[in-house]
Parts: sequence; C-alpha cells; structure tokens
Amino acid sequence: MTATSNRLPDLSSARVQFNAPRLRSAPPLLHASGIVKRYDGRLALDDVSLEVFAGEVLGIVGESGSGKSTLLRMLNLEELPDAGTYRLHISEAMAGKNLFALERFERRSVQIHAIGMVYQNPHLGLRMRFTSSGNVAERLLIAGERGFAALREAARDSLAASEFPLDRMDDPPRVLSGGMQQRVQLAKALALKPALLLLDEPTTGLDVSIQAAVLDTLKRLQRERDMTIVLVSHDLGVIRTLADRVLVMRNGRVVERGLTDQILDDPQQAYTQQLVHAKL
Amino acid sequence: MTDAQLTTLSALTAPQQPYSYGYLDAYAKRELRRRILKAVAIPGYQVPYASRELPIARGWGTGGLQATLALVGPESVVKVIDQGADDSVNAANLRRFIQRMSGASTTTDTLAATILQSRHRIPEEIMGEGQILVLQVPDPEPLRMVQPDMSKSAQLHADADYGQMWLALYEQLVRFKQYVQGASYPALVNGRHIISPSPIPRWDNPKLHQAAHLTILSAGREKRLYAVPPYTNVYPLEFSDVPFQVEDQRDWKCRTTGARHKFMNELPQDDGTSQYELSDSGYAEKLANGVPITATYYDQEGGFYHDGYLKPPARPE
Repeated sequence: MTATSNRLPDLSSARVQFNAPRLRSAPPLLHASGIVKRYDGRLALDDVSLEVFAGEVLGIVGESGSGKSTLLRMLNLEELPDAGTYRLHISEAMAGKNLFALERFERRSVQIHAIGMVYQNPHLGLRMRFTSSGNVAERLLIAGERGFAALREAARDSLAASEFPLDRMDDPPRVLSGGMQQRVQLAKALALKPALLLLDEPTTGLDVSIQAAVLDTLKRLQRERDMTIVLVSHDLGVIRTLADRVLVMRNGRVVERGLTDQILDDPQQAYTQQLVHAKL
Repeated sequence: MTDAQLTTLSALTAPQQPYSYGYLDAYAKRELRRRILKAVAIPGYQVPYASRELPIARGWGTGGLQATLALVGPESVVKVIDQGADDSVNAANLRRFIQRMSGASTTTDTLAATILQSRHRIPEEIMGEGQILVLQVPDPEPLRMVQPDMSKSAQLHADADYGQMWLALYEQLVRFKQYVQGASYPALVNGRHIISPSPIPRWDNPKLHQAAHLTILSAGREKRLYAVPPYTNVYPLEFSDVPFQVEDQRDWKCRTTGARHKFMNELPQDDGTSQYELSDSGYAEKLANGVPITATYYDQEGGFYHDGYLKPPARPE
C-alpha cells in the first residue's frame, strides 16, 4: 500500500472516478410502490412506496394506527392491497414479477421460501400447544422436507442461532416466557434462511433486560448473516439500535424518510419532531 | 264409471306404504347417488351433501346409514358392524332398520355381504370385487388437527399443500418416539388427496391400499362423503426415515379361538393382567364353527397381503 491510498482523492484533478457504493449499484432486494389498502372505505395505506437493499435494515416508525403493521402484512403476502406492486429480487426469474399478482400457490411458495416474519403477538406466529421445535420444523415441512432426523437437526440449528435454550426445545410455547416465545418465532422465521426478515414490534411487551438480550441476538444475526430486515416499531430506541434507514408513517402515508441518525437527531417534519420528542 | 275401470286404476296405483323405499325420499337417494359417483370419480375428495334427518341421532352413524340406504336394494345382503362386532346395540339397530326399510337380507359373514356398513373396523377377511364398504365418519377433515379454519383447509386441499399434516406426526415422534395415533391415521389417496380414514385403527389403514372393494366414507353430521375406489393407491403418511407401523399386537392371542396376528380387543382382568379377543366377531364366529377361511389381510405370521407394503415392525427401545 502506498502512503497516499488512505487519503481523499485529489479533487483538483478533473477526472476522478468514484465507484458507486454497493447500495447504489445493486438493485434493491425489495421494491414496493403505490400500495393502497382500504378497509370498509377507510384508507389504511395511501400510496406507500419503499425500497430495501440487500443487507440493509429499514425501520418503520409511527404511532398506533398509522398503518405500519398493515404494511408489514402486505409485505408478508398475508393480505393483498387494493393497488400497488411488490417485487423481491430473490432470483432472476422472480426479479420482474409483481408478487401481488401471482397465483395463490406461487405466492405461498415465495412467502414460505423468501420471507420470514416475527409477530408482536406470539399467538399469531406460533402454535402454542405444539412443541417449539415442531413450530420451527413446520416451515421446513411446508417447504417439502420429509426426513425426521433432518427436521430435528434443522430445528436445533435454527433455535440455537436464535439463542434459545436447547434443553427446552420440545416444550410448547405456551409454557415459555415472552422472551423465549419471541426467540422461537425468530427461529421459525429463520428456519429456511429467508432473503427478507419482517419484524413487527419484536420486543414490545418484553421487559427491558430481556428486550436488550433479544435485540443483541437480532443484531448479531443481522451482522453474521448480512440479513435484510424490515423492522416495525414504535420504540425509537429499538429503531436506533437496529435500523440503517427509517421511514416515518402517519395515517397510512409516509411522511418522512432518511438515514436513522438523520431522522432521529434532525427530524424535518413536524410530526416526526413530535414523535422524537415524545420519546423523552 | 264402471267397476272394470275402477279395478284397473287400483291395479295401476302403487300400494300405500308408510315409508318410501329405503326410508329416504327419491330426491335424497338420487342426490346421494350422484354425490357418491362424484366421490368415486375424484378419489379422496370430500363431496358435500345435504345430510337428511333420520330416526337416529347425528353422530350415531347417520352418514353411513344414508349411503347404505341410497345403495341398498331388495337383493342386497347387508352386514353392519360396530367396533368389529355384529351384535352391538348400534349395529343390531341399524341392521334391523335397513332390513325393515329395504327388504334386504342380512348376514354376519363378510364375504357374503354386498354392502358392509362399519364403524371403526375393516373386516379381517379380504373383501372382493363388487362389495361395498360403507364407513361411518365422525370427522372427515384430516387437516383439522393442524388447521382449524375450514376455508383455509379447503385451500390447502385445492393446492395439495399438505406439509402441515406431518407436523402432527412430528409431535408424536418427539413425545413418544413412535407413531401413536390410534385412529383416523391420515392417508394419501391416489397420490392426490389426504383423507382421514374414519376412526379405523392404524391396523386397518393398509387394507385400503389397492383393495378390490369400493369404500365409501360418509359423515352425516359434517355433511361430506368421500370414497376410495377399487384398486386405488392408499399410502399412510410417514417420514422418509421413520416408516409407518401398525399396532404391535404380536404377543396377543385370542382367548376363545387362539387366533393371532389379527386386531384384538384388550379385556382388562381383575388381577391386573389382560386377556384378548378378536375384534372382528364375524371372523371369530367362523373360526369357532370351523368354517374354512379363504384369505385374510394379515396372514397367520402377521405378514401383510401386499408384499413389501408394510415395513417389518420394530420394537421401540
């Protein structure tokens, strides 16, 4: 290495070439645009567009009823919007396809293989009376795995990755604590190594120390696996810990978007300012 | 009007009867026959039908009884069994009712019957072509244990998306190291639809595979019927590394006939031990009377009549 290689390029010379950063050159992993959803005429999402790049964590903040969870359900293909497109760049074949327009069967296959979701309420994401390992194995079963030993192995690996105590892997979630239930959900979401992880208030309802431990796990996994995450939270502390970029929602609209530090330290919109100050 | 004309009219009119033939009215029988045809055409598919009121309560075999009444004719020979027994109250009542409403003859001999209505068992003797087995089904939906939402399970059936069914088996293996489901063990029919084969024991599940007889499964309360046509592939669900097994009754011996390797009822004794007797009473009666037996699904050594279909049983450690 030469002594000058760490310095800034010499801007005085006219022909300096910058390589565009990876985030700019690669196509976004998730590209959704113009999502509109009405429930009984009430507008829940109004022309929401977002892009998430591979390896990036996008935080979505906003007050209750702002459409955060609705948006996440759309991104998880659980519900279909009234209008809008949604593309996931998971393979060349899928790159150009609007997932909302797919056949039910294809959509389900994308949902199983490419998307993992952790719900705020573990009752939505888990079978409370089945074993924890069974909950994780279910994803592999739906994907077509039929070997019992292979299922045990995969469930153990996935639960270990989410730092779940393995001696309790055959306990049903209903006898587990809230933090452990969230870890089972996380293991279930990660079981098929999805391209996109959706987190809906993953630590809300946990006490502060458990919340910190779960956030640590999430952060480690994100770093190790270079995961792409969309994180919904009303807790700005969680957003600041995990998210690279933030999208602020209100009444089903995106009111502001930008880098996390930028939004949380220097909010431009009145609503965002209110939200940031309400933290105090 | 002359006397001659009156005689002709009365001769043309059907004699007054208190009930329609086979109890059900003509429209009900026609509907049931159409539904049965559809069920036969799509093996394992649950066909909805309008379950009629009968003089027995829902849950006591109304589904099977309606199918039988739609199929029965004066030349039919009907056998009704309940838990394998011809002489239980429920079986005797149904048999008497069918006989009274249709004029069909009845029997306890499996091979002599043209229609067998059964709850919980498929007889031990191999049934032949032309015979119809009608099974009474309490819960036709195999997905219920993993998917309580009926509209969602309808979609899963439509997509043949059955991965979740193995979850119930996974739970059994985790908890008990072996398949323990005693009845309604799910089976894949014709490579397409998964059925809950009535509450027949696991022991009877393999008997549906490539069977020469027609099996009709009918749930009166749930208003659905489905069928396994003759010579159709029926495979019980299993993991690739944990083969399906029937109940391990190798050490059990019938206390009256001395028979082995047939499905037994366990009779707990006062001293804490158990005695066993054949569940299939028609078969036991034949053995007791020395009637020669042609062929049974499980032979005297416990081998199954389809060679290689059942893996040899393993003792749990």
